Amino acid sequence: MTTVAAPVGAAPRATSATVRPRGRGRLALWLFAAPALVFYTYFLAVPTLQTALYSITDWDGYSGDFAWVGGGNYADIATNDSQFRNALVNSLQFTLVVAVAQTVLSLALAVLLLRNTRGAVLLRALFFFPAILSSVAVAFVWKFVLDPQVGPLEPVLAAVGLGGGQYLAAPGTAVLWLALVQVWAHAGQLMVVYIAGLQQIPKVLYEAAEVDGATRWERFRHVTLPLILPTGLIVLAYTTVQSFKAFDLVLGLGGNPPNPPLDILATRIYGGFADSQFGYAAAESVVFLALIALITWLQRRLVGRDLTEDAS
Amino acid sequence: MTRRVALGVYALIIAVPLLVVVFGTVKTTQQLFAAPLGLPTSPTGANYATVVGNGEIVVALRNSVVVTVCVLLVTLALATTAAFAFARLRGVLAAAAYGFVVAGMAIPVQASMVPQFVLFDLLGLTDSLLGLVVVQSVMGLPIAVFILTGFMRTLPRELFEAADLDGASPWRTFRSIVLPLSTPSLAAAAIFLLVISWNDLLYPLLLITDPAKRTLPLTLLGFTGEYLTDYPLLFTGVVLASAPLALAYVFLQRWFVAGLTAGSVKG
Repeated sequence: MTTVAAPVGAAPRATSATVRPRGRGRLALWLFAAPALVFYTYFLAVPTLQTALYSITDWDGYSGDFAWVGGGNYADIATNDSQFRNALVNSLQFTLVVAVAQTVLSLALAVLLLRNTRGAVLLRALFFFPAILSSVAVAFVWKFVLDPQVGPLEPVLAAVGLGGGQYLAAPGTAVLWLALVQVWAHAGQLMVVYIAGLQQIPKVLYEAAEVDGATRWERFRHVTLPLILPTGLIVLAYTTVQSFKAFDLVLGLGGNPPNPPLDILATRIYGGFADSQFGYAAAESVVFLALIALITWLQRRLVGRDLTEDAS
Repeated sequence: MTRRVALGVYALIIAVPLLVVVFGTVKTTQQLFAAPLGLPTSPTGANYATVVGNGEIVVALRNSVVVTVCVLLVTLALATTAAFAFARLRGVLAAAAYGFVVAGMAIPVQASMVPQFVLFDLLGLTDSLLGLVVVQSVMGLPIAVFILTGFMRTLPRELFEAADLDGASPWRTFRSIVLPLSTPSLAAAAIFLLVISWNDLLYPLLLITDPAKRTLPLTLLGFTGEYLTDYPLLFTGVVLASAPLALAYVFLQRWFVAGLTAGSVKG
């Protein structure tokens, strides 16, 4: 069947077998799309563009007048905003730790739970479960677990010499505990993504490797790993964006506004907004967006290159 | 063997904190602190009585149900119709319109929230459940369109052609053929929106100041100020706020996994 519209005047049956929406049909289809397009443009696309506009003003959000400050906000962000710098460093540390830990851990879980046995299906359901909880709920669970006075983890940590800390308030290391909580909540979700990817790998490849006498590790290294890398890249990209946005978890664990050791960019921007610095917060948003885009692009380039090398 | 040990340990890491919380809701503070990991020896209903009696959580539960149900209806109505159009329309313009909507998936909330607040303030949609419905719907729209269009594009074109042949209007084709066939992707999109909307904290924080309009995550966050470190009360709030989705998860697990996975694999 061809996709080219039949010439006018051809036998009716032949024409209709190749119909594509045209004329009134096309218009009707655009009418189906129109409500969503209008709604999306008005409530999301335009505000997103306005953010760029706000970012070159000093508007406070309520007064009638404001000044155009050009790149002033950006200059402040770059040079003399210690709160922003603190949040940036925390965000990068947090994202790096989560990205590495979660990409690896969820792959390990997926490999261990690949077979569809009853036990594996049950464990998958359990590991996935935290992903449906609100981050505020997850935060309260861990606020207690990590409570230095009464938390159940304290004796364990003390036994291995890590005790006595103010885990979620310690400068420099608080984000590592935050990363632990984030991974706890989401590794099971990404495990499922990996399982879907692993189940696409043809069984014959493993059988062939076994015939060649490959060990379990060799089969993993030379069959599973190269073929799961594209999925790994998706997991990595998703994890990165998800950790950059871990707003609720930070507010739940670090308070509102969060204590500085837990402050990340997403919460810092909200802080600026809550302080009525609309223009400044908008500039921070633009930097935030650019940063995510840059990191995602870098990941694609770096990991993407490994991918093509492995394949060749 | 190592496989079993590894899985067993991880199962404990996931399950123990959850059980501590659930058991904690029927313990007194002293009991919880004395034996955080222990089974409740003399269960008490006092925490539930306090939290429910306080009333906030009941209001929040009602608000969350209203908002989430409306978000599902609005988003799915807009997304299914748009997906139907995008799955059928060809040409540069249609591709551009689809790309424009789907690009919304890549934009973090932080990129739009400040002007959105100004817009909603202007429209009188702050401190209003309708405002929450509108903003959560528009944030969920791109991913719903993505999931549904992807699915509708896999429907055999003969189906549409047969409908056209029979003289069915686009609306008729949409209602009687495409929509019923799309149930799997509708379910996936619905679950994704359900989880996102039910758990959203940022927009309620941004738009709601009136305690009577709070949804569950916002009320829960407020508990830290109210109950400080009275963990049994915090845990009770956690359990009450999470119970509806947790119960749904038990029965609709397959769809939860499908929905949240569709949401994360957007490539």
